[in-house]
Amino acid sequence: MSRGLIIGAFLTLIFALLACVSLLWIPYDIETFQIPNKLKTPNWDNWLGTDHFGRDILSMVMMGARTSIAVALLAVGIGMVIGVPLGLFSAARRGSFLDEFIMRGNDLIFAFPSLVIAILITAVFGPSAVNAIVAIGIFNIPVFARLTRAAALPLWERDFVLSARVCGKSETRISVEHIFPNIMNLMIVQGTIQFSLGILAEASLSYIGLGAQPPTASWGRMLADAQTLVSIAPHVALVPGFAILLMVLGLNLMGDGLRDLFDPRIKNDRT
Amino acid sequence: MIRYTFARLTSLIISLIVASLVIFSVIEVIPGDPASFMLGINAREDTLAALRSEMGLDQPLALRYFDWVIGMLQGDFGNSWTYKTPVSELIADRIWVSLPLAIYALILSTLIAFPAGILAASRRGGVSDVTIMGATQMGVAIPNFWFAMIMVLIFAINLRWFSAGGFPGWSDPIQGLKSLTLPAISLALPQAAILARIMRSSLLDMLSEDFIRTARAKGLTRRQALWRHAVRNALIPVITIIGLQFSFLLAGGIIIEQIFFLPGLGRLIFQAISARDLIVVESVVMLLVFTVIIVNFAVDITYAIVDPRLRRKS
Repeated sequence: MSRGLIIGAFLTLIFALLACVSLLWIPYDIETFQIPNKLKTPNWDNWLGTDHFGRDILSMVMMGARTSIAVALLAVGIGMVIGVPLGLFSAARRGSFLDEFIMRGNDLIFAFPSLVIAILITAVFGPSAVNAIVAIGIFNIPVFARLTRAAALPLWERDFVLSARVCGKSETRISVEHIFPNIMNLMIVQGTIQFSLGILAEASLSYIGLGAQPPTASWGRMLADAQTLVSIAPHVALVPGFAILLMVLGLNLMGDGLRDLFDPRIKNDRT
Repeated sequence: MIRYTFARLTSLIISLIVASLVIFSVIEVIPGDPASFMLGINAREDTLAALRSEMGLDQPLALRYFDWVIGMLQGDFGNSWTYKTPVSELIADRIWVSLPLAIYALILSTLIAFPAGILAASRRGGVSDVTIMGATQMGVAIPNFWFAMIMVLIFAINLRWFSAGGFPGWSDPIQGLKSLTLPAISLALPQAAILARIMRSSLLDMLSEDFIRTARAKGLTRRQALWRHAVRNALIPVITIIGLQFSFLLAGGIIIEQIFFLPGLGRLIFQAISARDLIVVESVVMLLVFTVIIVNFAVDITYAIVDPRLRRKS
């Protein structure tokens, strides 16, 4: 295992743990304002300080981790659940009209500026975490569909698929039982990378007010609130930013590390 | 080449048609109708009726779609409901902020990424390579709006080198450019990180090619072979990415414009969203998508001109 993979997994695990713990317990209630306590710098009572409403920033970061991870994970889920079967189908029926149709459709979504469309969707249907998930998820579909098809195509030429055919298995069964298990590693790696992009996208959307709505805490929203306070209380802006940075960095390092682990032929230093 | 161009042109037109259909229908599926969405629940019935007829909502759906598309082709984007001026005028005003910002950021990103990528590849495994690659990992992971806030804190609030936001206009080009500098840097940073990584890996691919060995065998030094042969060939995939990045920069500007209070297309979209001015939202989104699709098309064609192998394959 590479050093990057260990550091990446460690960072990811910390945030996953923070999010899990926040389901059961957070240091302070973040739904009540404690104005006398506002804008405290990090101290023994509030490890990461407090914001302009006197809310404990560590508690907010923990709740924000939950929002970020939930949104990004579900968005990756949408991409995988729709994209992978589409890619498998395209590969099984390679060269057919439907294959062409699916792939051109993917190219189309790919050509769209995702942020603009996400803004359009959330503007029209109202800002909410669910709409953010859908808006980010849609753009994950072509990523997984293309990758699945590209990875599945060479497998269809392999002998083990031929023998499965001789056994009389249908294209669907071969796709599910033989092709999919062979491309799963690739999906895990890509899933990690899309996960990190999802965290960034969620942060951007909630920063401009189109993601999760208050009182749900989110890192992007915390940054938006901190923007006017940056000169008097920099820690309010620094903490959520570092949370996003470390989480995304961790996922990227983990993705790179997993890719090397699964496929030793590709050396990390080439990309 | 003609066949390739024709094929790409066909898919360009299909993309544009589908894009316009998607944007049109997103606006159409709004609960209620666009007029009641724009005016809110307390709107009077006669105001609603007036807006409906102004937007042509009493017309059949297909007719409205064609009116919208044909209007846009003629440069008529409709009239803004809140500004009471043609949307094309609003866009024309703001494009002079958004476009220079995207181009400025693109130039910066290239200026940072090229030397960084080339240095990392030529010192592969060395200290500069490891440092540059580490920096690009950070660059990819930093949310650019947060980076923008930190730069404002350092360079505008503490050092007072730049203003924290706003745009004085182009009457004094130096001041105009200066006010776009921090926004352009924050836009460029993540893109520069990606570009540097691609430059490095593309160059490493080239350095292991036979023609480099031949060049070395003919007596060129490592440095000469790198600059005369490897860099030029490595640029082909990099140029494609630069083209694709332009669309990222144009769309990414939407958020950065918010932070620096720049009167560009991004601010126009947000003001239109909060004012529920759908006519502006619809047209500006379509314009951005249109630009992105056209740029992608131009990149594809350039790519085919530079790399003849691509033409034959398709």
